[in-house]
Amino acid sequence: MTSPATAPLIEVANLGVRLNTSRGPAQAVRGVSFALKRGETLGLVGESGCGKSVTAMSLMGLLPDSAVVTGSIKLDGGELAGLPDADYCRLRGNRISMIFQEPMTALNPMHTIGHQVAEPLRRHRKHSAAQARKEAIALLDRVGLPDPARRVDAYPHQFSGGQRQRITIAMALACEPDLLIADEPTTALDVTIQGQILDLIADLVEERGMSMILISHDLGVIAENVQRMMVMYGGTVVESGPTDEVFRRMGHPYTQGLFRARPKLGARKGTRLKTIAGTVPELADLPSGCTFSERCPLAIDACRAALPPMVDVGPGHFVRCIRTDVSMAANVGALSA
Amino acid sequence: MSIAPLLDVRDLDQRYALPRESLFRPPGQVRALNGVSVQVLAGKSLGIVGESGSGKSTFARVVMALERPTSGQVQLLGRDLNRLQADELRRARRDFQMVFQDPYGSLDPRQTIARIVAEPLTVLEGADRATFRERVSAVLRQVGLRDADMDKYPHEFSGGQRQRIAIARALITQPKLIVADEPVSALDVSVQAQVLNLMQDLQEQFGLSYILISHDLAVVDYLCDEVAVMYLGRIVEQGRPEDLFERCAHPYTRALLEAVPRARAGGTRRRRGGQAIASQSAATAGCPYVARCPLAEQHCREALPALRKVGEGHLAACHRAEAVMALPQAAMEG
Repeated sequence: MTSPATAPLIEVANLGVRLNTSRGPAQAVRGVSFALKRGETLGLVGESGCGKSVTAMSLMGLLPDSAVVTGSIKLDGGELAGLPDADYCRLRGNRISMIFQEPMTALNPMHTIGHQVAEPLRRHRKHSAAQARKEAIALLDRVGLPDPARRVDAYPHQFSGGQRQRITIAMALACEPDLLIADEPTTALDVTIQGQILDLIADLVEERGMSMILISHDLGVIAENVQRMMVMYGGTVVESGPTDEVFRRMGHPYTQGLFRARPKLGARKGTRLKTIAGTVPELADLPSGCTFSERCPLAIDACRAALPPMVDVGPGHFVRCIRTDVSMAANVGALSA
Repeated sequence: MSIAPLLDVRDLDQRYALPRESLFRPPGQVRALNGVSVQVLAGKSLGIVGESGSGKSTFARVVMALERPTSGQVQLLGRDLNRLQADELRRARRDFQMVFQDPYGSLDPRQTIARIVAEPLTVLEGADRATFRERVSAVLRQVGLRDADMDKYPHEFSGGQRQRIAIARALITQPKLIVADEPVSALDVSVQAQVLNLMQDLQEQFGLSYILISHDLAVVDYLCDEVAVMYLGRIVEQGRPEDLFERCAHPYTRALLEAVPRARAGGTRRRRGGQAIASQSAATAGCPYVARCPLAEQHCREALPALRKVGEGHLAACHRAEAVMALPQAAMEG
């Protein structure tokens, strides 16, 4: 707890976020807790509306003004929840950085890429223009952009999707942040480019000893790229643990459903995909009790009565389900399906 | 005995002129399609996979007669679509319909579901939409929606339901062929499975053919009888999914397969080598994949490999196809 090597870099306790939507107030995140040490990687998986991006945005302090944040977010022991915006501006792009899903919208089309990569350096490190430019070229070189010295004055539209994502990675890394949040960094990219970008992120995380939170809807991307993972559904964490343990055991019916619903290579035409009945619930009208109860094949009355607690099912592996005895016995398919 | 194919595409070329950069030189060209030929039999499905820029969406647009190809033929039910008069073509469109990628952009937000779904009929049969309500209700039920949904607007539906509406709109003219361009890539995993199952059910029920364009190999594997892999406007490998995915004969197919992340315990990262991106505009003498190919030889740089038979119903455009097939295959997901 006391030594800096073992103290968590970021510690989130009982985070809750309420957003005002057109359909009334919605509890987008409920009771999310996790801690991340320096150099550790965490994956967040879930479908749209599960609260994974809202969790990331609350770490970045980028939620709309009307959002109500409860609980605590600590970076190196300092509280971030409720921090004034001016203080947050000193952290963003400096100690916490983010890579977004859409590399085109994340870059400003009116500025050269060199200007955009240099901006955090000028702002946080107070580099001179010439110094920042030199540094920007070095960063662009590190992320594998060909011929950076010549292309530093080019505009975003002159690059391909994969190259643009390399540029946003260079921006995020400019000030050597402690925590990198990557929100679906490869979803907009081709599968071969996805591999290259994930390789690059993995190299940089290792090289600079950063912590990383990787958000993805793709179980495959999560399986190969993070040490620990959390599965989110309806604003709560339904399963968390070391990635290997979660894939080996798959305790929550939702995780199992998500895994079975993926079309897999080698499943021939004529085989049917096992779907999860129903649709993702609206955050504005979540069911009471377990958020997955409406779609869960194992739901009983007790599931609808109260939000289940996290149950310990293995080393560091927790499942928010009161029917793990049935779900984990029934889950003969996790590895063989 | 050979059955005439439903769709017969021959030597399709599509080029786009780039903006003129110099007064003294002719403008550059993008060669979006380079001699693509495929056939689709009635009731069968063809999957097209490839990266962005491989020409798969251009192929869809040309097959749908939304664009006139630079050269080549598209024959549907024995008629050359590019030779039809405008009004004949409009009537012929009854037989081929399209489902688009973005279920948010492809439905008019100001129209009710009944009007959206009946629109192909009003264009084809010219009568009032009101008389089509029964047919709309029938087709909505086929895609798993209710009659009560007819008078709602698109914003009242989720992404998966909207894609069902888009499928209903394509189905209402009772087409023989549906071209679906990335129909599930905008959907969540659990909803994606529902839509894929629906597409399979409809195919069994109506004997439809699909041309399914996707970057996701597993989706194509699930729904298609035959798969064509495209690279820079050419088909580089074609065959049954099991041929392609278990005995792939082109290094590009192999690269695509290896790049798919596997969801399983102990999934460690396999390093991928850096790959150069080839240009679509330059016409080179050799194999277009040569810059990225780990097996390239001198011969590959000099001669363009033709699409040739490497197995029963299995074609590949690679000089070294046998060497590729002899490599240990990328592990399948169990």
